[in-house]
Amino acid sequence: MSEQAEHHPSATLSRVLAVLGDKAVGFHDRLGDDTVAIRPEHLVEVARTLKDDPHLLFDFLMDQTAVDWIEEEPRFELVYHLFSSKYFHRLRLKFRVPESDPSCDSLTPLWGSADWMEREIWDLYGIRFRGHPHLQRILLYDEFEGHPLRKDYPKDAAQPLFEPRYWGSREHEDPRKARGGDLKTL
Amino acid sequence: MALDPRLLRLRGGPAPTGDPALDAAIGESGGDFHDKVYTTRLDAVLGWSRKFSLFQYPFVTACCGMEYMAASANHYDTDRFGAALPRFSPRQSDMLMVVGTITHKQAPVLKRVYDQMCEPKWVVAVGACAVSGGFYQNYTSVPGCDKIIPVDVYVPGCPPRPETILDAIVKLQEKIQNQKHEFI
Repeated sequence: MSEQAEHHPSATLSRVLAVLGDKAVGFHDRLGDDTVAIRPEHLVEVARTLKDDPHLLFDFLMDQTAVDWIEEEPRFELVYHLFSSKYFHRLRLKFRVPESDPSCDSLTPLWGSADWMEREIWDLYGIRFRGHPHLQRILLYDEFEGHPLRKDYPKDAAQPLFEPRYWGSREHEDPRKARGGDLKTL
Repeated sequence: MALDPRLLRLRGGPAPTGDPALDAAIGESGGDFHDKVYTTRLDAVLGWSRKFSLFQYPFVTACCGMEYMAASANHYDTDRFGAALPRFSPRQSDMLMVVGTITHKQAPVLKRVYDQMCEPKWVVAVGACAVSGGFYQNYTSVPGCDKIIPVDVYVPGCPPRPETILDAIVKLQEKIQNQKHEFI
């Protein structure tokens, strides 16, 4: 649909492209989802523009997540979903960061909701957010090594906080054979 | 509440107890001593009393908790089995109901709750996740809470039917009745 020559982007997307100028390096509105691709170094500037522009007023960062495109470069894609509680329109922001330096600027100063979501992305994907007030793990425990939603993390590699134990009549069972793997898979 | 038949098992004709004072009391009772006095094993009477006063600690972590609430409410009525009152302090409970998925992050908490419970204590693992990890095999889930604490009764199902949970309580009661009990 969006590929048709006569198709015009929505009013929201047109306005976004107008205010961003050449900072928007790509866009589409497939399935009605207005999407803009930017460069990571422009993130804070772009976000502030989208938040403050009187015809956009994206005052709510609804969701923030990441995608691991393993074997592609740049590897990690960050996805932001913005919402305006005045105009009820939405926008998706995307950009990629390389595996060698998986980091970008924090949006916590602009939207408080970014705080926990950026901690979650750091926890599960290992992407650092510069300027985040306390970038610590939020779901997993501090002893956990690695970032489990990266595609190269073994899917069943658990990291128990203490050794599994057996009692009573089940003492003869070897916990390491409970699932046919070594202790790491328990 | 009818007396358990086990309590009556040793009731019958007078037999020497080995205790001279007790034998003398039986002799002086005019032959109806055993109509007035039940004799039994200490294990049996402790088990009988303990199995009907199960104070449960619901360690509810996941969706099985909804099923557990339905089972413990008045429609299914665990009160019939003496397991009526959930106690939200491990110190005041003797039956730990592990209801739902246990994560590795949560494992130390479960262990601590179990350690805080006073003896005697029993554990019921409710639901596939608590029994074996269920369909989770990943970096976060413990494959069965028996990796952390000893479990007495396993309740399968995802989630278990309320009848299954009631059956687990009955099974646990049988187990308690037949256990050796220390007089604490």
